[in-house]
Amino acid sequence: MALTKDDLLKAYRLMRTIREFEERVHVEFAAGEIEGFVHLYAGEEACAVGVMLHLTKADRIASTHRGHGHCIAKGVDVPAMMAEIYGRATGSCRGKGGSMHIADLDAGMMGANGIVGGGPPLICGAALAAKVQGTRDVGVAFIGDGASNQGTTFESMNLATVWNLPAIFVAENNGYAEATAADYAIGAGSLADRAEGFGMPAATVDGHDFFAVHEAAGEAIRRARSGDGPSFIECQVNRYYGHYEGDAQTYRPPGEAEAARANHDCLDKFAGRVTASAGIEREELDDIDRAVAALIDGAVSSAKADPAPAAAEYLTDVYVDY
Amino acid sequence: MARTITMLQAINEALDQEMARDSSVIVMGEDVVGGSGAEGEMDAWGGPLGVTKGLYAKYGDRLLDTPITESAFIGAAVGAAASGLRPVAELMFSDFVGVCFDQIYNQAAKFRYMFGGRAETPVVVRTMYGAGLRAAAQHSQSPYSIFTHVPGLKCVMPVTPYDAKGLLIQAIRDNDPVIFFEHKGLYETEGEVPEQSYSIPFGEANVVREGNDVSIISLGLMVHRSLEAAETLAGEGIQCEVVDLRTTSPLDEDTVLESAENTGRVVVVDEAPPRCSIATDISALVAQHAFDALEAPITLVTAPHTPVPFAGVLEDQYMPDAARIAAAVRRVAGYAQ
Repeated sequence: MALTKDDLLKAYRLMRTIREFEERVHVEFAAGEIEGFVHLYAGEEACAVGVMLHLTKADRIASTHRGHGHCIAKGVDVPAMMAEIYGRATGSCRGKGGSMHIADLDAGMMGANGIVGGGPPLICGAALAAKVQGTRDVGVAFIGDGASNQGTTFESMNLATVWNLPAIFVAENNGYAEATAADYAIGAGSLADRAEGFGMPAATVDGHDFFAVHEAAGEAIRRARSGDGPSFIECQVNRYYGHYEGDAQTYRPPGEAEAARANHDCLDKFAGRVTASAGIEREELDDIDRAVAALIDGAVSSAKADPAPAAAEYLTDVYVDY
Repeated sequence: MARTITMLQAINEALDQEMARDSSVIVMGEDVVGGSGAEGEMDAWGGPLGVTKGLYAKYGDRLLDTPITESAFIGAAVGAAASGLRPVAELMFSDFVGVCFDQIYNQAAKFRYMFGGRAETPVVVRTMYGAGLRAAAQHSQSPYSIFTHVPGLKCVMPVTPYDAKGLLIQAIRDNDPVIFFEHKGLYETEGEVPEQSYSIPFGEANVVREGNDVSIISLGLMVHRSLEAAETLAGEGIQCEVVDLRTTSPLDEDTVLESAENTGRVVVVDEAPPRCSIATDISALVAQHAFDALEAPITLVTAPHTPVPFAGVLEDQYMPDAARIAAAVRRVAGYAQ
């Protein structure tokens, strides 16, 4: 898919929205405004956006603990997401899910997931539904390097091959599953080699590079839509924050995240490239930055002001009918 | 028109009629077609016991053989249910839930709640349970209490062919995740079943025998053994009321309590081990809400707190039988404060 100027501006806006969202959640969490467990996606924006630019609303994704970026890129309403993280009645899940369970099935987002490796089987199901119903929709399972070692992931890759499903497995390898290094925990040297063992083409790309992710995802999604079956993409990337907010990250070498920000930042890379060669002016990006900052400011203000769920709501929504 | 068929045939007929009625109904599981990729008959097995035999010829690719990969295909059924299909997944033996429970317990059961009421997951997991076939500890359990414990799931265990058909059709049409337990010792049970389609609502226990002396609350295969005991006891002048729960989630508390209040004497019969079980759950319900009516201690007849043994002499003791049930009823009937 050739990228138009509008595509590029959309990609930048989505990546900037994710970054601004996560930076702001980081601040608000530290200030004690947000409760519970929060896992930030800052640094990994190019992975979500590089994939999602190819998807329609009808395509489905399953996400991870670190799901805010996938939600935003897939089109989940940003103020509703912020309200959900604040536990408000106006949230995406009406305050019942929180950061780890934001979902919007109407937007094709099957949920962040609190279970590592929970998503790949679900995406086999979404892809099977597309196949049975004869649509050309696809399913994308995002996993981390942690879930890359779960049996559900292996089983799902095999099943996707056996059933020739329109499924794409995107592994965001940020180097650490919680506090344990990918270099330690991944028995095979390469995630792509493993995926090839399940009979699907696999690519390894720089997850800080929107264009690399976008190109690899384009080929995988084209294959899936054409009925040629599943594919796998490993995005090698850095996370700027800890596994969860409050993580002192003593397992990382000092300066690692700062070096990644300085040298590999996806937004910097993207801005440098499109201003140099795509006919986009820095001012256009600055305008987006300002608009995004206003969006996130508004989302935080409204989330803080919005009502908590009615107390009686703790008993509802267990069943459709019981 | 009703004719006499087996429970196995009743389940097959329910699947057949629902697949014919609704193209979003698909069936998946290990060997549900049987022989995929092999060169023998088209649906060589039709399920390990032939429950799905003949459906592949009618519905083709809407029946999917899976690899032996319960985490992936139970999860795929859940994901497909959240994506517009009505999948019926066959977990061959309910004992195998150990390798795929997450997709049932943390995913399917919780979507609707976690997502603020904005999800429906109309998946059915059909699964075989129960002892008596010398299938030993990993193919004989009755783990329905584990599922009943989970908010968001519905649990169904038919006792007759009539109920099997009507409850399975309800399960497929239901918009919540349903675990449908089929006792492997009941597949050949015969009974009258209407040819036309019908559904039986969940949460309505069946009073299968009326009596005023002792209530026997039971489920699954144990309902048959309870009826056998009740017949013997009637000859001794003890009239038992036998209640078949039919579904443990939702649970028909009213029928259980009405029966307990009517007789004042309650025996609960459950094939599963006793701790944190349906038997203890019913016992707690009666103790909490019908205490004043009780004229004897609530008595449980269950399997022991052991795995299911293999050898016949061991397994026959493991499972409650009519004699044990009758002995418990006699104690309860004769209890005087």
